Amino acid sequence: MNALRRNVLKGTAGAGTVAIAVAAGLLKPTQAMAAWNKAAFEAKNVGDAMKGLGVAGPADSKEIAIKAPDIAENGSVVPVEVTSSIAGTTSIAILAEKNGVPLVGTYNLSGGAEGYISTRIKMGQTSLVRAVVNAGGKSYTAAKEVKVTIGGCGG
Amino acid sequence: MAEPMRIRATMAGDVADVKVLMNHPMETGLRKDAKTGQLVPAHFIQDVTATINGAAVLNADFGTGISKNPYLGFKVKGPKKGDKVVVNWVDNKGDKNSAEATIG
Amino acid sequence: MKQKNILKLLAGMAGLGIALGAATVHASPEQDQQDLIKYFTTKYPNVKLEDYVYGALAFDPDSKAQYDAIMEFPPFDSQIEEGRKMWETPFKNGKTYADCMPNGGKQIAGNYPMFDEAKGKVVTLENVVNDCRVANGEAPFKLSDPKTIGVLSAYMRTLSDGMIMNIKVQSPKAMAAYEDGKKTFYSRKGQRNFACASCHMQNAGNRLRSELVSPVVGQAVHWPGFFIGGDTLVTLQNQYSFCFTMVLRAVPPAEDSTTMNNLEYFHSAMSNGLPMKASVFRR
Repeated sequence: MNALRRNVLKGTAGAGTVAIAVAAGLLKPTQAMAAWNKAAFEAKNVGDAMKGLGVAGPADSKEIAIKAPDIAENGSVVPVEVTSSIAGTTSIAILAEKNGVPLVGTYNLSGGAEGYISTRIKMGQTSLVRAVVNAGGKSYTAAKEVKVTIGGCGG
Repeated sequence: MAEPMRIRATMAGDVADVKVLMNHPMETGLRKDAKTGQLVPAHFIQDVTATINGAAVLNADFGTGISKNPYLGFKVKGPKKGDKVVVNWVDNKGDKNSAEATIG
Repeated sequence: MKQKNILKLLAGMAGLGIALGAATVHASPEQDQQDLIKYFTTKYPNVKLEDYVYGALAFDPDSKAQYDAIMEFPPFDSQIEEGRKMWETPFKNGKTYADCMPNGGKQIAGNYPMFDEAKGKVVTLENVVNDCRVANGEAPFKLSDPKTIGVLSAYMRTLSDGMIMNIKVQSPKAMAAYEDGKKTFYSRKGQRNFACASCHMQNAGNRLRSELVSPVVGQAVHWPGFFIGGDTLVTLQNQYSFCFTMVLRAVPPAEDSTTMNNLEYFHSAMSNGLPMKASVFRR
């Protein structure tokens, strides 16, 4: 049922059909993994990823705070925190725009979950890290640049 | 196969601060094995769900851009000390893992 | 409170160093450390001495913030857990590591490397582990191996987290070993004709290419480190080998050789008075 709810939230008709099929017991749970938003997660550029997410022309918002380093210590673990102060935030998506696969994760919030997600992401190169927030049926966005260098003596 | 994931959940005021560390290679499918030169097949967590006392609070989908041994932090308003947090994940091969913790 | 104590201890050492420095031919370890501290704190008056335990991170709040975020739930937790299992698993004879170590292995890492007068040489914490294994009829570990001794020592050092580094150089023989390590640190070598000091003294706090360089003071307290996204364990002597090979472009001495152990002895003494930080994330 989670899959059903998620896809309803995403508003993607195709995946919704799958979810209904799962709910009706037509598909096995492993096949239910098809509910994972393949189109969005396999998109090779930000435009296609947004399309996959069903997001069009999100408004820039100062109520979304992205905490991420100016220069990543290591591109394979970049700590990223997104906080949305927009009332009624129902989902957060995180994208690293210049990654081969830009969409990193989507987070649907319910049952008192606050507009906050903390994660660690991979970044192949210097790029904007973008958050897309859905609240009250509208989309909002903010971005922060993270520089990625190659190196690593440490100490 | 998978090692247990770890969950820490603490109340800060009326908000539960939940931190989860999953053990997973998060292979992108684009990395070559240093010895064989062959591509290592994609192997990554796709779906993560979290509940508190049985009620869904978070439903996340991951792509290959999430770091190895994924870390996930989220906050939930309303729970009490002693409430039960359960986190489940499923990866692209259908492997699953589940863990629970009591909010402290 | 803790920080105050450290500062007091270091200030005390400064007085001691000055008193001894005038009377000895070789500068004492205390004097050597005070000279370095003076050099760094004059150059970087805004970086607190107690933050030197974070290495290069002390010079860059952005890097330190990432470290803090990663350390909240370190990705290498399961490797420390593996080390704990190794530590707790009894030998075939039923005894454990804790049985053959001072204080059951707790709060001891800051005393190592130690100059063993009976053996007439520097003994590292890793040597103590191997001595323990051999004494209990087990094969010794290869001391450059991150997967065995590395993982075990990563856990062991967590048992000494916060302990104040306290390397003692008390006899002429110990002093000779210390001087040998100091010579390795300051002498130029390799294709680039650099010394360890070229980076970790003269260029500490600067960026060399994309790399922010850490100061020698405070370096020895935070090993092993987990590198390459917090996944790959690197012991202190693994790191020496890396510096020799990749930075100095010189052939490194074998790990656990007298040269390496003496270097670790000198190097650790330069962090005296600072608290151990085990085990940590490095880029």
